Amino acid sequence: MNLDLSQEHELVRSTVREFAVERVAPVAEELDRESRFPYELVAELAELGLMGMPIPEEYGGAGTDTLSYAIAVEELTRIDSSVAITVAAHTSLGTMPIYLFGTEAQKREWLPRLASGRNLAAFGLTEPEAGSDAGATRTRAEARDGSWVINGSKIFITNAGTDISACVTITALTGEGEISNLIVSNGTPGYGISQPMHKLGWHASDTRELSFEHCAVPEGNLLGERGRGYQQFLEILDGGRISVAAMGVGLAQGAYDLAFAYAQERRQFGRPISKFQAVQFKLADMATEIEAGRALVYKAAWLKDQGRPFAREAAMAKLYTGELSNRAANWALQIHGGYGYMDEYAISRLYRDQKILEIGEGTNEVQRMVIARHLGL
Amino acid sequence: MKIAVCVKQVPEGSRRIDAATKRLDRSGEGALNPYDAYAVEEALRLRDASGEGEVVVVSVGPASAADAIRKTLAMGADRAVLVSDDAAAGSDLVATSYVLANALERESSDLVVFGYQAADSDGAVLWAAVADRLRRPVVSQVAELRLESGRVRGKRQTEFGYDVIEAPLPAVVAVTDAINEPRYPSLKGIMGAKRKPQETLTLAELGIEAERAGEAGSRTVVLALNEPPSRGEARRIEDDGDAAARIVEFLLEKRLL
Repeated sequence: MNLDLSQEHELVRSTVREFAVERVAPVAEELDRESRFPYELVAELAELGLMGMPIPEEYGGAGTDTLSYAIAVEELTRIDSSVAITVAAHTSLGTMPIYLFGTEAQKREWLPRLASGRNLAAFGLTEPEAGSDAGATRTRAEARDGSWVINGSKIFITNAGTDISACVTITALTGEGEISNLIVSNGTPGYGISQPMHKLGWHASDTRELSFEHCAVPEGNLLGERGRGYQQFLEILDGGRISVAAMGVGLAQGAYDLAFAYAQERRQFGRPISKFQAVQFKLADMATEIEAGRALVYKAAWLKDQGRPFAREAAMAKLYTGELSNRAANWALQIHGGYGYMDEYAISRLYRDQKILEIGEGTNEVQRMVIARHLGL
Repeated sequence: MKIAVCVKQVPEGSRRIDAATKRLDRSGEGALNPYDAYAVEEALRLRDASGEGEVVVVSVGPASAADAIRKTLAMGADRAVLVSDDAAAGSDLVATSYVLANALERESSDLVVFGYQAADSDGAVLWAAVADRLRRPVVSQVAELRLESGRVRGKRQTEFGYDVIEAPLPAVVAVTDAINEPRYPSLKGIMGAKRKPQETLTLAELGIEAERAGEAGSRTVVLALNEPPSRGEARRIEDDGDAAARIVEFLLEKRLL
């Protein structure tokens, strides 16, 4: 057994860490306060090849493995979740379906601009009345005169409405009990994108409600086989869980780092609060859980890279790190005391950004359902 | 145009002294000397501006220095040469410059670029010693560099302003951290780094006798190496809105104002 990361993995980590500390950290608070999408950072991330890491080079990506990608997402989240989710949703949810299920022509059409980060892609699964019960999708697409005519709506969709968003892949009923995936280009008549939604955290990430009214897309925009939409999005979510689990570890690590530093600076009763066992035990627990969570995430990524089944481990990693990040953000803020509740302390942003990690891409409850199914229950 | 860049792996984080060997503890994580990143960046820019040529990275250090070298290849350097030999451990300036100069002779580059100092030992003289051994002109503290018709022109940062110094190639330059902003390695660069040629050479392969390197080849002996003395009892002033006044009061009390 060898638990060493390769030199490439180490270099990915140190490079993304440096980038996050030097480029993201100085603007994270301002982007959050102004709910401003980080176009400049996305351009820089694109330049470095971080907007299409697991996509092969022939399609404009960087051709890295899943583990490298997870490490990069972890390191970004350690500093800022909005930037991290922009990368993760674009890669795992927006670009991956086209890479995995697209025809060669679809790949040639979309991947070079998506994997290079020139454009962003989104994935539209959740509907106002189809969340955890994703099969209950109501959006319909009818084949008519060589087009698919779409009617329905989607909600909480990341990256759909930026100035550089190119397309969204949506799930839709294409027949009775038949779900298929369709690619809809931004700018298609009948495709409406709401104003950015107001949310508790992830302020600098783009979240929209989408509406489709007699929205006609070419027949060729069907992604993969007709009627395979349900299996396809389950596969996409399996992979996506690894990156969201990496966000959980990254957020917990970021919260821990802030608390660790603050505990040594802050003096009460004549000494740094890090000298009190009540604080030490919290930090010790956090460090231990982070270590365990990271091992789960890396194992899931490693299994995927080996071409082995990974869905069970990915769900476990997502569940564990989602809840771990909750505890870590909570304790880290507690260690900060009143200052931690103030906007000028980064921990307050991490605290707000954390909650969605237990909801997005499958709630904690859905992860438990998935895990139970894998246990044979 | 062939450019050689000399780089060093330095310990990451705080420095620890190994009392037994009187050397820096290099057992922990290492990183590319931050000043060397500017040297690599400048070499890459010169190569790319001229549209041809090669950037070769040269280092002397333990086998683990390959990590730091990997970063330079990921940034865009074309190949790397690492001189690694147990007999070279503990080399002082004289011995290190001898080994490095031998490795550079073998490359016979048009230009040798150094970062002006290393973050671990803070010597800031190795480039001068190497230039002397190679019998080449040297321009140090370079904040701006140009190459034109077989000459190098360096704008040199000094206490009193700038000197502009020109020298014929081949030459040695030592650059400061004001010269550029080093790029981050791209993902493609990182993935491609291991496919680039990387040589590891022993002293024997360079034709260097063991007694010219390491402690045997050194002209200086470290008599003592100590942690800096503790600063003693520090007085801490928490700011409750009157910190400035209290600092002034303290300085007056000590008759410093």
